[in-house]
Amino acid sequence: MTAAIETERSGLVGYLTAEVSRSPTQASLQRLYFGCRRFAQNPLAMVGFFVLVALILIAVFAPWIAPFPMNEQNLQTRLLWPSADHLFGTDELGRDIFSRVVYGSRITLQITCLVAVIAAPIGLLVGTVSGYFGGWTDTIMMRLTDVFLSFPPLILALGFVAALGPGIRNAVIAIALTVWPPIARLARAETLTVRSSDYIAAIRAQGAPAWRVVVKHVMPMCLSSVIIRITLNMAGIILTAAALGFLGLGAQPPMPEWGAMLSTGRQYLLGSWFLAAAPGLAIVVVSLGFNLFGDGLRDVLDPRDE
Amino acid sequence: MIEVEDLTVRFGKGKAAVTAVDGVSFTVRTGEAFGLVGESGCGKTTILRALAGLNEDWSGLVRIDGKQLMPKRERAFYKLVQIVFQDPYGSLHPRFTVNGTLMEPIKIHDLDRPDERIDRVLRQVGLGPAFRFRYPHQLSGGQRQRVAIARALILEPKLMLLDEPTSALDVSVQAEILNLLTDIRDSTGLTFLLVSHDLSVVSHMCDRLAVMNQGRIYEELTVEDLVQRRYRETYTRQLFEASLGYDKRLSTAQVKALDEAGA
Repeated sequence: MTAAIETERSGLVGYLTAEVSRSPTQASLQRLYFGCRRFAQNPLAMVGFFVLVALILIAVFAPWIAPFPMNEQNLQTRLLWPSADHLFGTDELGRDIFSRVVYGSRITLQITCLVAVIAAPIGLLVGTVSGYFGGWTDTIMMRLTDVFLSFPPLILALGFVAALGPGIRNAVIAIALTVWPPIARLARAETLTVRSSDYIAAIRAQGAPAWRVVVKHVMPMCLSSVIIRITLNMAGIILTAAALGFLGLGAQPPMPEWGAMLSTGRQYLLGSWFLAAAPGLAIVVVSLGFNLFGDGLRDVLDPRDE
Repeated sequence: MIEVEDLTVRFGKGKAAVTAVDGVSFTVRTGEAFGLVGESGCGKTTILRALAGLNEDWSGLVRIDGKQLMPKRERAFYKLVQIVFQDPYGSLHPRFTVNGTLMEPIKIHDLDRPDERIDRVLRQVGLGPAFRFRYPHQLSGGQRQRVAIARALILEPKLMLLDEPTSALDVSVQAEILNLLTDIRDSTGLTFLLVSHDLSVVSHMCDRLAVMNQGRIYEELTVEDLVQRRYRETYTRQLFEASLGYDKRLSTAQVKALDEAGA
């Protein structure tokens, strides 16, 4: 049994480290494999990676991990100190804080993923198109970006949420609006260095239409720095989402959003500090995890190191 | 194959404008290998980029294969004319395998039997199928330039523009690539337009050449004329003597002349 697994494993490693690739899939898998190996050599990046894996697992298996339902109130057990029954204690309505933090990971993950999925493609598209075509396209798109960049992100997000109405969906839209402009700037800068290179001239000389050059040849070169940037921004996104929650403009009660929990906990800070400490700690750990992971990704993906 | 009349390329606008190519005219016959020679900055690469459709900002009259060229090209043009760049380290997309690089022209021009074409063209440039799924960083300079040549050949063009195809390579590899290009020309009957600052490369590859300086063609002559030293311009003589390499007598004479001028 073990022997069979051994040979299959070495077969897989052999496939991944073979001198000669036999298919496009193998070539890209090999590239991925060597990237992962480099990533794994960085212990801090691995810490970040495990924090993220833990966050995802907790979010997925929240109902099995949390000992209590997230909104079950019990006014007889309010503001209990941390104990074996209630790991992080209970809040002002007698809800188990540990369970709420566990369920809160779902909201945090949802917000960060949605923001990344909305902001990264917009930033990448605006940046590459404006950098590649230059001229009037560039001027118009970059001045528009400047308008968004000239507001402090939190104020801009606040303004949008105030206009659209509070709630998670609007918070996601508002945060995404503040996240895409720096990405567009970054993608544009990358595009400017890439567009004068010979390999772009070569594909143009083969008759490739402009959209194909941008999508297939320019974007892959900007992708790694955009991924790094958005990963490092994740910490900021979480903090903005928490800040919006804290100000009462993000997730609405009784949703167990970490920022909103922190905000309620503030009133009981002197007597029952754990109300604020538990969600606060969760925000710190997850932000740190994203930052470490992003730094590790930069070491692997950044073309300047190759 | 190529008729160029009064080709002018300017960069910049107003007072800052630089005329890189100044009213150049020449003709290249079908099946011929024609060389453009001159020092760096004389405008030879600019001519090539204008012909390849990479620079749309030129004036003059250019006819390729009987058809007059507009600054904007149609897709069919690119099947007729292909270019090989100077630096094989910069001309291959670092995120594409050899296969990916060769697939792109096939997809753009909707060609059939992609695998067969890639295998054939890789064999034609002397790379086996083992190289097909490698990334550029897994290849040597000479191998990269072979891939760049394969990429140009895969569209089966009639005219190949070569922009100093060997100057970024070391000497032993240069000879390999030059022989490869000669073999390809013998077997396919392609027309070559070769740009180089190296007269020995041009005299090895070409039948005729034009000597350029400061955006103009100084003179046109055959390689035979060049070897027999039947040139009219002093500039051609200087280039020719420079290509012979270091000559002790010549340099001592020059130092002496300079000394006398100084004294």
